[in-house]
Parts: sequence; C-alpha cells; structure tokens
Amino acid sequence: MKYAYFPGCSLESTGKEFGESTRLVAEALGLELVEIPDWNCCGATSGHALDHTLSIALPARNLGIAEKMGLDVMAPCAACYNRMRSAEVELRENAKLREEINSNLEDPVLGKSTVRSALEVLASPESLSRIGERVRKNLAGLRPACYYGCLLIRPPKVLGFDDPEDPKSLDEAMKAIGAEPVDWYFKNECCGASFGVAKSEIVVKLVGDIISNAKKHGANCIVTACPLCMTNLEMRQAEASKQRHENLTMPVFYFTELIGLALEVPGVRKCFASHLVDVNPVLDLIDRNLISTART
Amino acid sequence: MRIGVFVCWCGSNIAKTVDVVAVAEAAKSFPKVVYSTDYKYMCSEPGQSMIRDAIREHKLDRVVVASCSPRLHEPTFQRCLGEAGLNPYMVEMANLREQCSWVHERTPETTEKAIELVRMAVAKVAKNEPLSRSRMGITKRALVIGGGVAGIQAALDIADAGYPVILVERTPSIGGHMAQYDKTFPTLDCAACILTPKMVDCANHPLIDIWSYSEVEDVQGFVGNFEVTIRKRAKSVDESKCTGCGLCLEKCPVKGIPSEFDAGVGTRRAIYRPFPQAVPNKPVIDREHCRMFTAGKCGVCQKMCPTGAIDYEQQDEVVTEKFGAIVVATGFDLWDYSVMGEYGYGKYPDVISAIQFERIMNASGPTEGHIVRPSDGKEPKSIVFISCVGSRDEEHGYPYCSKVCCMYNAKQALLAKDKLHDVQTYVFYMDIRANGKGYEEFVRRTIEEYGANYIRGRVSRIYPDNGQLVVKGADTLLGKQIEVRADLVVLATAMKPQPDAKELARKLGISTDQYNWFSEAHPKLKPVEVLTDGIYLAGACQYPKDIPDTVAQASGAASKAICLFSKEAIMGEAMIAYINEDTCVGCGLCAEVCPFSAIELVEVVDRERSTRENQVMKTVARVNEGVCKGCGTCAAGCRSLSARLRGFEGKQILAEIDALADMVKVQR
Repeated sequence: MKYAYFPGCSLESTGKEFGESTRLVAEALGLELVEIPDWNCCGATSGHALDHTLSIALPARNLGIAEKMGLDVMAPCAACYNRMRSAEVELRENAKLREEINSNLEDPVLGKSTVRSALEVLASPESLSRIGERVRKNLAGLRPACYYGCLLIRPPKVLGFDDPEDPKSLDEAMKAIGAEPVDWYFKNECCGASFGVAKSEIVVKLVGDIISNAKKHGANCIVTACPLCMTNLEMRQAEASKQRHENLTMPVFYFTELIGLALEVPGVRKCFASHLVDVNPVLDLIDRNLISTART
Repeated sequence: MRIGVFVCWCGSNIAKTVDVVAVAEAAKSFPKVVYSTDYKYMCSEPGQSMIRDAIREHKLDRVVVASCSPRLHEPTFQRCLGEAGLNPYMVEMANLREQCSWVHERTPETTEKAIELVRMAVAKVAKNEPLSRSRMGITKRALVIGGGVAGIQAALDIADAGYPVILVERTPSIGGHMAQYDKTFPTLDCAACILTPKMVDCANHPLIDIWSYSEVEDVQGFVGNFEVTIRKRAKSVDESKCTGCGLCLEKCPVKGIPSEFDAGVGTRRAIYRPFPQAVPNKPVIDREHCRMFTAGKCGVCQKMCPTGAIDYEQQDEVVTEKFGAIVVATGFDLWDYSVMGEYGYGKYPDVISAIQFERIMNASGPTEGHIVRPSDGKEPKSIVFISCVGSRDEEHGYPYCSKVCCMYNAKQALLAKDKLHDVQTYVFYMDIRANGKGYEEFVRRTIEEYGANYIRGRVSRIYPDNGQLVVKGADTLLGKQIEVRADLVVLATAMKPQPDAKELARKLGISTDQYNWFSEAHPKLKPVEVLTDGIYLAGACQYPKDIPDTVAQASGAASKAICLFSKEAIMGEAMIAYINEDTCVGCGLCAEVCPFSAIELVEVVDRERSTRENQVMKTVARVNEGVCKGCGTCAAGCRSLSARLRGFEGKQILAEIDALADMVKVQR
C-alpha cells in the first residue's frame, strides 16, 4: 500500500513524536508514505471558523496534488484529517463550489482520492493482522484507556469510520499488540481543544474528568491519536491534580508509539524523550512483565 | 340554451386584484350567455337566492359561477341549482380566486385572465349534460381494527347505537397500551380501574364480537359494502371449553419469556394471558416457545386442563365478512432508544423506557408496584426522567413532538415521590408542553408539591459509576454543564407508527404521511375521515394523542359510522369514470393507474364477433362505481378513449381549449 502523506503543522512541531512514530510503523508494516510535495495548511482552527470557502480551498489544494500523485491521502493529525475529509465530502457534493475552487487550483480536485486517518489505516482488519504477525514484544500489562476525542469521529456523516458514541478502532489496535484496553466512559469526551490557550481553566476541568475516569477504571496510561488531545492531556494534568486533590499523573501515548514499541521498531523509543509526562513507569512495567512471562 | 354567469367578489379576495364588474360585463358577449352579474359573496344565502331568482326570471338552463375553487363550493352551487329545479350538474365554476386573484397583482392582465377563465367555463358548461347519482345498499355492521381504548370506545358507541360490531385485536387481549399504564394524568385515576369496565362492557355487549389474536388480511369493496378477510390465529385453546381457571398458566414449564405486556421487564410462560384482567380472559399458546411445537413433546397444560380445552391441532381460521364501515384504531408503537450510544445503546439495565417504568409502578406488574431498579432490585434514591428521546430529534428519531411525554414525565415523577418519600426526581426537558385541561396545573403540582427538579436542557451522556448512573447534560437556564447522579433513568421514548402501518394502509387503500401515520382527509375539518369513504380513524394511529383526545376521536369515528348506517342507501358520485365496453380492448392500463383500485377487468360477450352459434368472449375494464372518486387518471391514460369521466368528457375539455385559443387569436 502507498499513501500520499500529509503531516500538517503539528506533526512537525508539538506532535513530532506522532509524525515520527507513524513513519516508522508504516515502514515496518510495508506501508509506503510519500509526503505531499509543497503541502499547505489544512485550514484547521482559525481558517475554518472564519471563511467557509477558504476552509475548503486550503485542503483542496493538498487534495489536488494527491490526486495528481494518484494516491489516497493519509493524514494522522485528527484536525488535519477532519478538515481534509470535510473538504473531500463537500467538494464531491457541491458542484458549484468545486468548480469555483478548482478554477483557482493548479491541480484540480476531481474526487478520485479519498482521505484516511492514520488510525483508520492502521486499525483496518488487514493492518491489524499484519501488526499481529509482526509483534515481537507483547504489551501485556499495559492497560490503556483509549481516548478518541472529538475530531477523529465527528461529525459521523463526514468521517464515519468508527462509531461516534462508542468507538472501537483504537481499542482493536491495542488488543492487536497484546495490551488490555480498559472499559471506560470518557472515550469521546471533549479535551477542551483550543481552549487550552484562551481559557485553560476549562481544559483543566475536562482533562481532570478524563484522567480521573481512566484511573477509576484501572488504566495505567492513555492512548490517543490526536496531537491536540496529547498536548492538553499532558500539559494540564499537573494542574488538574492540584485542583482536585487527586493524583492524576498518567502517561499519554500516541497509538503509533505503542505499536512501534510492540513491533520493536528501531528508533521508536526516541519519541518518548519529548513527552512531558514521564512514560518510564509504564515502559518498566511492560519490560518487567515480559521478563516474568519469559521466566514462567 | 341560456347560460347565466355570476361573478363573485369574495369580499376583497377577488375584487382587490380583478375588476369583477368588467369580467361580468365581458361575459355578456360570450356565446349563449343571456345574463351576467356580480355580487360580493355569491356563496351567501342572498347570493344563492340571486342565482335561483335569475334562473327563474331569465329561464337559465346552465350556470357559471366565477368564484373560488370547486373543491370548496361546487356542492353549494350544485345544491342551489337543484333547488331552482335544474339538474345540479349544469353548473361550472371558474376559479378566479386560487388560480387568479391570489396569485397575481392588480393589473389589466389579471382581469384579462379572469375573463379567459370565465369564457372557458362558459364553453364547457354549454356541453354539460344532466348527470345522476346511483343508489347503493349498506351493510349495517362495522369492523373496528385494534382493541385499545380507541377501538373499545368506537365499538361501544357503534354497538350502543344498535349496529353490530366485530372488534379485531392482534394480541390475545383487548386493552392496548392503556391497560399497561399505572395511573393516568392529570387526575391520577388508575388506568385499569377506568379501562377494564369498558373492556368488560365490550365482552358483554350483545352486538360486539371480540376477535382477539386475529388480524386483517385483505380488504375489498367500498363504502357500505366492504368485504374483509380476517385471519383468526390458532390460540391452541378451545374457547368454548376453557373456563379461564388459569391452572395451565401455573404449570407450563417454559418460563422466562420476556412479557410483551410488561414491556420486557417481566416474564411470561409459553401459555399465557397478558394480564389478569384480560378480555377475553382465556389463555393462548405462543407456538414459537411452546415445547409441544418446538420439540414435539411436553403436553403439561393438556394434562392439567380440567375441561380438555387445550387443542394443539387447532388451525388458523380465515374468514371473509361483510361490513359497511371500518374504524381503524391500530394505535402506536414506541421508539427503540437502543440506537442512542449517548444513553448506553440499551446496555445499562437501570436506563429504562417510560413504559417499562409504568409496569414497574403498576400493582399488577412484575414488582407488584414496588419501585425498584432492574439491576439489583434496590429502591432508587434518585431518578432522572429525560423527555424527547427520539421526539423532536431528527438526528436519531423523529422531528415531531410525541405530545404526551411532558405529561407522563410529570405523572411518573409525582408518583415516584408519592411511593418513595425520600427519592429525588429530576426531569430534563426541552419545553414543557402541558396544553390540556388541568395539565399545566398538574405539572406545577409535580414541581411545587412533589419537589421534582425540572432542568431545561438535553442530556449528552449517561455512564455508570460506582453502581450509579452519571447523567451529564446542559442546564440551559443556568448556562452550565451539570451532572446528576441517578439510581434509575427513565426515558420518554417517542411514539411512532406501528411497524406494519404502511402494510395495513395498503390493504385498506388509505394513505400515510412521511412517518407512516395514517392521513386524515382534511387536517382541520375532516380529522376522522380518510380519503376513502366509509373508513374512519380513531386514536394514535393518526398521530400521537393522549387518552381524552383518543376517546373523543373514537366517538367521532363511531358517530361517522353511525351516521352512515342511519341512511337507507348511499348516493354514489355522479362525476365518475365509465368504460365504453364496445371500444375497450381490455389492455388493463386504466386498472393499473387507478389510485383507488376502482377498476377491474371482466369477461364479457364480444357482441361484434359473436354469432348466434358461437359466443366469443373478450376482456374489458369495468368501473366499480362505489369506489371511483372521479379523478380521471384512467380517462387520461386510456389509448382507445374508452375510459371516460362524466362531467369531463372530451368534448367539454376541447370546448374549453377552443375558447382559450379563440381568445388568444383575438388578442393577436
């Protein structure tokens, strides 16, 4: 399989570990990712809030280039995926807008390429069986709370690869590498998203709710597929702990990092260095479990 | 031929955009017109007497009334002509209102168009021929489909008027949803206490036959003369022998079948009666679960029965009966909330529907009226009621309001507090719609005297936590997100049409709306009739209704049937289709396009090709005059011009077109 890869801004900055682990895992699974040349902003946040046409036109340019490459797009970041997929659907349904936007594009969008998230690609049945075959290190003892957030699964009419009320793809991916995802109820709660900048007290409350529920259900880490969720969950847990008088320290992983760990992809451990919350307790736990299972 | 033209102002409806005086003046020059005038309200008594006087004075034999749509006042003016001694069908209407004044501005062209419309009507009326209506007999016996409170009331009213009724009910007992309820709002009458006497009245009424466990299979015929095929499903219990002692019910070894009557919160056995006060009070065997039918052995009930009433060999009985009128009272179904992931996809045992809560509160229910949680049988300390679950919700359910939920939310919150003194109730609502007699007062009582905490907002999520349910939602009055910890959550699920409503509508030849509620003939003025004569609607099969509205409509439907039965004969329509059998080739296209199934193909002697020795048969179409509504679809479709419509003959239509073409020629 071969995809036109769209990293977007976050996978080269705040979510660098997500970008890096995605590339490494894709390579290990034989998925070829070709970065869209000269890609531009996906139009998330300010773009789509201010100007609807622009919010479609920005991803349309990237989509047009991907079509010329003859490839479907893989966009790991949840916001990029959401914007590009929204544009894909709207351009397919709204002929007038399509013409207007195409007239300004060097590479027009004809609707041949589709956009998929990294989760959608890696949690497909084929990918899961491929992952299962290549697991070298079983992650038994890892009890992740799989956290989907909002942008990856909503609106279901546009995205629709997973159930918006009870999503399962992340859980399936975790099961494939031997982890034991917990049953919990905040899978698709809001993390506060970009309020992290403007009104951080909202994010502190929401992050506290999420981590507290994950802990209550026996999770020892949180797994996500969204750079914004990662930022909020990592950055605000200390303050949430203080506010709630509750120890809410909990490592947060990108799902691709954990797949990489299970496949023992060289270089993936480097990603953990840039986490804000220490992930070593969980990594130690996995290693100890491995040793003990090896002994018995 | 002497034609009179009467131009109506319709107050200012026509007169403000059309120069009515000019129209009346222009009409004077039209062929065969000997009199023309205008008047402010032609349909008023002075207007009608003006027409009658003019007919006498000017010896008119045909009349054109230029006013509103014939749908509105054609019968009025037909009657007026009849009173003046003319054949009622010698009147034509030019629609100057809906098709002219209401859709145009006041310009010379508008008046010109009005003149053209009148000229066309004059040309048509010149070709009119006297028509008459046929007389048809009436079978004075009613079929009531559905044995809920609507069907029960309709059956009682019709039978009390002296006409026999067959009440067909699909389940083993009449009673419907109302029999499931605990108390009724706003008076808190016990539902069973006020319903069961009516059920017993039905059973004891000499003119009512209750056919329970039966369904309508086919409907033929027309008003006064329906032929209905009904399947009486095998009950496997000989009703003439069964005394209703109930011994079989206690001994049946197949237990644990979710009870339909208890909405799944209680169980029943394979031989069962839905509830203790069932009418008829005799059990039936559910063959899907009975071991005699699934495994071919058991026979416990047969061995126990002291009167030998159990009959495993019993067969379904299919009978065809004649009826003059049909009351459709098939009621509603409830929306299945298990599609809502927000509320746990139906997986949390303590999130239940309001009908389940009724059964839990009901003394004859599975918990004998003790309010307990399904999960652990404990009394709840906190109950959350959520309204509009599937109603007013296009995303998951239906855009319409189910109308009764606000009231039963309040009723259930009140009764819960009444039974469990230390319970705290919460009601999440969108708007409180309490617009009935004593309804608003009842809601206030629930809030003020029974301490229900009403929260205006939607619930976004329910999730289990430490043996309780956390209900997360918005309080839109406070503008805040809130969380309520509940032991039990009760969902007011939407009322929806019966799953087979569309199928029944097809059998009856009646129409449904976009949701499959049955459509009434007119939303304001014909709320119990449908477009097919002789069929009437009662209760929630038409749209969500509460009990008083249902009962009122049922009596309305009954009175329509009684009104029909009080006549000696029915007068058929005059303007209906007929077939020229000499030219008809029996292609059947007319029968296919007829929306009322009023045309059938029959074999007749082909007079042209038959000789005395050799009779040749041919197929032709024939119109059932009782069913035909005169829509003209057959006439438009017929390729040999054999299907025709009285009052809209080819020569009449062509005369109208010619008149219009002449006008256009003159203008050019």
